[in-house]
Amino acid sequence: MLEVSGLDVHYGGVHALRGMSLTVGEGEIVALLGNNGAGKTTTLSAISGLVRPSAGTIRFDGRDITRASPPDIVAAGLVHVPEGRRIFSTLTVHENLQLGGYLVRDQSVLRSRVERVYELLPRLAERRDQHGGTLSGGEQQMLAIGRGLVAGPRLLLLDEPSMGLAPLVVAAVMRLIADINAEGTAVLLVEQNARAALRIAHRGYVIESGEGSLDGPAGDLRADPRVVEAYLG
Amino acid sequence: MSQLIWNGLFVGAFYSLVALGYSMVYGIIKLLNFAHGDLYMLGAFAGFAMLGAAGGVFGSMTLLPLLVVLVLTMAATGLAGVALERVAYRPLRGAPRLSLLITAVGASFALEYGMHLVAGADPRVYPVRLGGTTLDLLGARVTVQQLVLVLIAVALMIVLNVLVTRSREGRAMRAIALDPRAARLMGIDVDAVISRAFFLGSALAGAAGVMAGAYYGKIDFLMGFLIGLKAFTAAVIGGIGNIPGTMLGGLLLGLLESFGTYWLGGEWRDVFAFGVLILFLTVRPTGLLGERVTERV
Repeated sequence: MLEVSGLDVHYGGVHALRGMSLTVGEGEIVALLGNNGAGKTTTLSAISGLVRPSAGTIRFDGRDITRASPPDIVAAGLVHVPEGRRIFSTLTVHENLQLGGYLVRDQSVLRSRVERVYELLPRLAERRDQHGGTLSGGEQQMLAIGRGLVAGPRLLLLDEPSMGLAPLVVAAVMRLIADINAEGTAVLLVEQNARAALRIAHRGYVIESGEGSLDGPAGDLRADPRVVEAYLG
Repeated sequence: MSQLIWNGLFVGAFYSLVALGYSMVYGIIKLLNFAHGDLYMLGAFAGFAMLGAAGGVFGSMTLLPLLVVLVLTMAATGLAGVALERVAYRPLRGAPRLSLLITAVGASFALEYGMHLVAGADPRVYPVRLGGTTLDLLGARVTVQQLVLVLIAVALMIVLNVLVTRSREGRAMRAIALDPRAARLMGIDVDAVISRAFFLGSALAGAAGVMAGAYYGKIDFLMGFLIGLKAFTAAVIGGIGNIPGTMLGGLLLGLLESFGTYWLGGEWRDVFAFGVLILFLTVRPTGLLGERVTERV
């Protein structure tokens, strides 16, 4: 459903992404692994329209969205949950969730999606009138993902959901991602925590210095000595 | 005593109306829009032109035509504010704040002397004058028209507050104020929402302009300068970027001026207002209700 091919991104004089290609199929979890600064976040930002690629194409459901605006891309069902969660800190949990559904015009649909997130994540329901900034790191990550779900995504782009979280919380976040996927939403998962990501992913890509270097089924990557040495060691 | 309070609240309601636009724009894009007071002036002149064009059609009725003109003027100044943002500020999105600030000062001069070219330097006498019946309200002499103007101002402020705290657009504005990049990921068209914020703020300033014209009876092309500074003061007192705080700041500033004038004499009024501004900027720059941010990073 998502086909990225030959993507180039420049930031001023810096060539951040060189010919990056990847695909995500219906119902898949695809991990995108790599070190800090390898180009993982840039790849996601280009897909969601936050940065303009200088070359290459991005197709979603066969439609070219390379130069589409973020609102168009969200409306198409491609939702990006950013690195560092970026919760609206002085808005309530409930308002954060409502904002996730900014483009959902039908109020009854919006309400039922927010309720669905509360069912999935009861901790958020308990804190619905609290400011987002007062939540713990794990709760904020849950809120960020929940906020993404309210948009009704068919493909969710998740950027470093395990960042800064304790191991138990990482496991809970990964379980949540697997659950969301089990209900039919495809996931492109960017992670530095390769071990956690490859446990739930179907396939994976490794990106180095802005270029894809390896890809394959998650099981193969887990066993690949290069991956083991660089990311699982 | 109650006369002083009433006078203060009356002037304060104007300050609040103008200050809200200042505060909203600052809250969302961190721009001190120094041209904001000139939108108030533009509103006064737009109302003047409309009332003039309508001529004697309205006869001796003054309140109803004034309300019609008020609504039309709000639309006109709202659009002027949108145009100002489009032409002067949007091209500078992402530029250093100082560039924006200097542009705002330039925009203020452009509006003032643009109006000077169109309407000349002489003050104009407003074709509608609110005098009228006096009431005795808890010991203060209050005209019916004053009361109506204050009620309109309060109604406009309540509507704005509900819009910002309850509606989808208001949520989007607050989201942009906190994190524009994350707001884009929600599918919010940031430029469009900023435009709408300018529309609302400018419309309120325009409304205040017409009301001031009708109340004071005279308008001129520099009338927005001082009130722009006063509105800024009001916003700082209450907490710039904070809507209830800004309303409170306007009313407090009105009261301070009213009492300051009484105790120290009229020539001290502005000294008093700007003294308070300096006091707040040094002692409590976030204002009375400024953001007490509780963030965990």
